[in-house]
Amino acid sequence: MVFKNLKIFIILLILTTFGTSSVLAETEKECFEKISRGIFKFNQGFDNLILEPIAKGYNKLPEPIKNGTGNFTSNIATLLSIPNHLLQGELNLAGHATGSFLINSTVGILGLGNPAGALGLKNQKEDLGQTLGTYGVGGGCYFVLPILGPTTLRDSVGMVVDNNYLDTFARITWHEKEIKNLSGSKIDYVGVKAATAVDFRGDNMTNFESLEKNSIDIYAATKSLYLQNRSKKIKNSTDSNEDDWGDLDK
Amino acid sequence: MNLKKFFSVIFILLLNNNVANSVTYNSNPKIFVEELIQDAVKTLSDNSISQEEKNLTIEKIALENVDIQALGLYTLGNIRKEVDQNTLEMYQKSFQKYFLKSLTSRLTDYSSQKFEVVDSIQKSSNYTIVNSKIAESVKSPEIKIDWRVYTKNPDKPLIRDLIVEGLSLARTQKEEFASILQTNNNDINALIQKLEKFIEN
Repeated sequence: MVFKNLKIFIILLILTTFGTSSVLAETEKECFEKISRGIFKFNQGFDNLILEPIAKGYNKLPEPIKNGTGNFTSNIATLLSIPNHLLQGELNLAGHATGSFLINSTVGILGLGNPAGALGLKNQKEDLGQTLGTYGVGGGCYFVLPILGPTTLRDSVGMVVDNNYLDTFARITWHEKEIKNLSGSKIDYVGVKAATAVDFRGDNMTNFESLEKNSIDIYAATKSLYLQNRSKKIKNSTDSNEDDWGDLDK
Repeated sequence: MNLKKFFSVIFILLLNNNVANSVTYNSNPKIFVEELIQDAVKTLSDNSISQEEKNLTIEKIALENVDIQALGLYTLGNIRKEVDQNTLEMYQKSFQKYFLKSLTSRLTDYSSQKFEVVDSIQKSSNYTIVNSKIAESVKSPEIKIDWRVYTKNPDKPLIRDLIVEGLSLARTQKEEFASILQTNNNDINALIQKLEKFIEN
């Protein structure tokens, strides 16, 4: 266990030492573009054959079922956001997330409802990749994972640490650790992650179709959108870079 | 001149007049975007005109109110400084056709949804960001769309970018083009070919 912790600490140290760069740098280098493009094609096939048809069926379900699913998965994701808010020093947001989780899990019946939202409690999603980003750690390089999709070196290391240490839900289910008499299995974990993916895919049906139809290099477009989205989440801002247009303004 | 010829001439004159007429929008960026959205949505949801007519009207609106020239140069990146004038003109022609085709396609995808202009923020003398949103529907959740309006000429604002939920379409296109250029030894002709292929399909 000590060695495992040490390994993670060393990875984080390497990332913070050598990966430090401006979070504005969105054109990350590729780790292994040819392989990533191959995996991207595989993921497109997986989407066409499995995820998209399921999401289309899901979109036909009554609104309360879809809203309940979205709320439920979002509430579980809060368990990961709380420690990351704390690691970012965002005590106010950590308070909001904790309040949101407690209210939605009880009054909201296991998170199916979102009464906390009606009370004005924010439930902003955070993960370790974003936390490292706020510390100034750059993405490192960009690649695509099978099924899981686009990522960077920083975000994938963050995902592993989140899964092993910070995400209480993953610890109870994927790692089958009993915490305060709560227990679960890997099937619970995969089920919730699959529901999250289907809910996201269903919500973005038009966006995906439009992107596919209007891109001349969909791999590059997806990469750009992923990196812009991560940068936006790290900065917690939707402001675009004013200097980006350079000498075209003169 | 017989009556038939007379009416033909009148018809052609009216048609030309209609095509040549350009809609003048308000110079206040917020109202400008509001009017522009209203016009586009009205056109796209008009069942009395054909899809081709809809596309032509949208293209006309875009040609007059989007800074396509600057957008083409921006998406080309720094390579624009290295290519000769003739090639650049060829690229701009292809880019314009590509842009208009992809714009009408994108707008058609979202035309059934309800747009609302919320606010505007003047970033500098050159730029105002107009905030709008597509209302939540059964199909999708609420989507925030910011319009980057170029206001160097305050009497004639021009749209330069659409930022959907914080993601810039111009930037995405620029990075898409950069990837194509990179895999083709920065050969702009390869990019032009890709654009032409998209236009033909």
